[in-house]
Amino acid sequence: MSKSVLYDAQGPRAKQRNILYTALFVVALAALVWWVYSALDEKNQLDWALWKPYLGGGTEAYTTYIWPGLENTLKAAALAMIIALPLGAVLGIARLSDHVWVRVPAAIVVEFFRAIPVLVLMIFGLALYAQYTDVSSDDRPLYAVVTGLVLYNASVLAEIVRAGILALPKGQSEAALAIGMRKNQVMRLILLPQAVTAMLPAIVSQLVVIVKDTALGGAVLTFPELLASASTMSGYYGANTIASFTVVAVIYIVINFSLTSFASWLEGRLRRRKKSTGAVLGVQDTTDIGGAAGTGTAA
Amino acid sequence: MFDFLEGYDVLGAFWTTVQLTLLSAVGSLIWGTLLAAMRVGPVPLMRGFGTAYVNIVRNIPLTVIILFSSLGLYSTLSISLGAGDDVDTANFRLAVLGLIVYTSAFVCEAIRSGINTVPVGQAEAARAIGLSFTQVLFLVVLPQAFRAAVGPLTNVLIALTKNTTVAAAIGVAEAALLMKDMVEKEAQLLLISAIIAFGFCCLTLPTGLILGWVGKKVAVKR
Repeated sequence: MSKSVLYDAQGPRAKQRNILYTALFVVALAALVWWVYSALDEKNQLDWALWKPYLGGGTEAYTTYIWPGLENTLKAAALAMIIALPLGAVLGIARLSDHVWVRVPAAIVVEFFRAIPVLVLMIFGLALYAQYTDVSSDDRPLYAVVTGLVLYNASVLAEIVRAGILALPKGQSEAALAIGMRKNQVMRLILLPQAVTAMLPAIVSQLVVIVKDTALGGAVLTFPELLASASTMSGYYGANTIASFTVVAVIYIVINFSLTSFASWLEGRLRRRKKSTGAVLGVQDTTDIGGAAGTGTAA
Repeated sequence: MFDFLEGYDVLGAFWTTVQLTLLSAVGSLIWGTLLAAMRVGPVPLMRGFGTAYVNIVRNIPLTVIILFSSLGLYSTLSISLGAGDDVDTANFRLAVLGLIVYTSAFVCEAIRSGINTVPVGQAEAARAIGLSFTQVLFLVVLPQAFRAAVGPLTNVLIALTKNTTVAAAIGVAEAALLMKDMVEKEAQLLLISAIIAFGFCCLTLPTGLILGWVGKKVAVKR
C-alpha cells in the first residue's frame, strides 16, 4: 500500500495543520539538538583538540588506527562470508533432501546455530582454540570471530539457499525431470544456478549483518578491528570518546549503507529482468538483525 | 559432573537476559510503532526523520551503540539514567536504552511491512467515511497491520533475545558474560557451552514456535 492511500490530498486546512505539526516537530528536534549540544559542551567534548585528529586534515589517525582496524573488520567479514557460503549451500540443499536421515540432521544443525547468539559462538571458539589447538594467541581472536560468524551465518545462508530454491517455479524441476535428468542434475544444473541469482540480494544484505557482528570481536574478544581502534584512539588522543565513536560509527554507516543500497539495486534489477523466472529473494526476506530460530523460514 | 557450577549463578544470569529482553521489547515496540507512524504520515519532515533514523541506526553495529552508551553517555557525559553511582544498575539501564534505540528501527520496518499487507480498499473505505489520518491509522490500518506483523515481530524479538548478549561488552551480568567468566576459570569448555547453548535454545525456540502459531492464528485471512 502506498503511503498516500492513508490520507487524502491536502486541502487548505490540512496544509495549515501540517505546517503546525512541522513547526512543533522542529521545536522538539531543536530542543533535542540543543540538549545534546549543551551536554557535550558542559563536558568540553566539543573542544577542537579532541576532533582535530579526524577533521584537522592530518591523516595520522586514519593511517595508524582506523585503516588497520577497518582492514581487520573487512578481512574477518570476507573470510566468514567465503567459508560460510559453501557450508550454507550444502546445509540448505541437505534440508531439501528426499532422505530423512539427511534432511533431519541438517535441520537440527541449522535451527541449533540460529538459536544461539553469535557472541556465545565466538566465546566458545576463543576458548576452543586456546585449549585444544596451538594457534598463537595473536591469531586466536581472528580465528574465534570467523568461527563464530561462520557457524551462525552458514545456518542463516542455508535458510536463504533453501528459500531461494523453493522460490523457483515448480515447472523448472518438473521440466528437468521430464527430460530425464537425475535429481542430482536437476539441483546442480537447473535449480542452483537460478537460485543463486535469486539469492544475490539476500546474500549481500547478509554481508551487512556479518560486518556489524565483527564489532563484537573488538568489544569482547580483543580482536583489533574498527571498533577496538576507537577505544585505542580515545586513549591516545586524550579521552575523545565521543569524537572517536562518531568517526567509527560514520565509517560503519557508509560501508553498510552502500552494501544495503547495492542489495536493493540488485534486487530491482533482477526483478525487472525479463529472461529469468522472476523469482527473487529480496532484501526484506532476511531479517537484518539475524534471522530467527524456530519459525522455520528465512523468507 | 556439575560440581563446578556451585560458584556461579546460571539461573540469575539468564534471568538478567530475560529482563533485558522484556524491557527492551516493550520499549522498542512503543518507539518503533511511533517511528512507523511517522514514516507513513503526511508530514514530510517526520517522514524524513523516520527514514533517516531507520537507515542510520540499522547500519551501525549494536556493539557500537551499547559501548557508546557506557563509554560515551555514562563515563564521559555522566548520564546514568537515575542510577547515580551504582555502576551495575547504570550499565543495565544503558544497555536497555541501547537495545531499544537499535531494535526499534527493526520494529518500525516490521510494522511497515505489516501495513503493506493491508489492502488499499481498507484505508480508502475509512477515508470515504470521513476518518482523519490518525483515525485511519490507529482504528483501521494498524490493528490489521499488527496482526500481519506478528511473524516479522517474532523474528525481531528472537533476534533481540540473542542481541542482549552484546550487553556483556559493558559488563552487564547476563548469560554470555557468565559464560566468558566460566570458560576462563573452569576446564569444562564443552559442558559450559552446552549449558549456555541449551539456555538460549530454551528462550528462543519456544518463542519462535509459540508466536509462530499465534501469528498464523491471528493473521487476517484474505
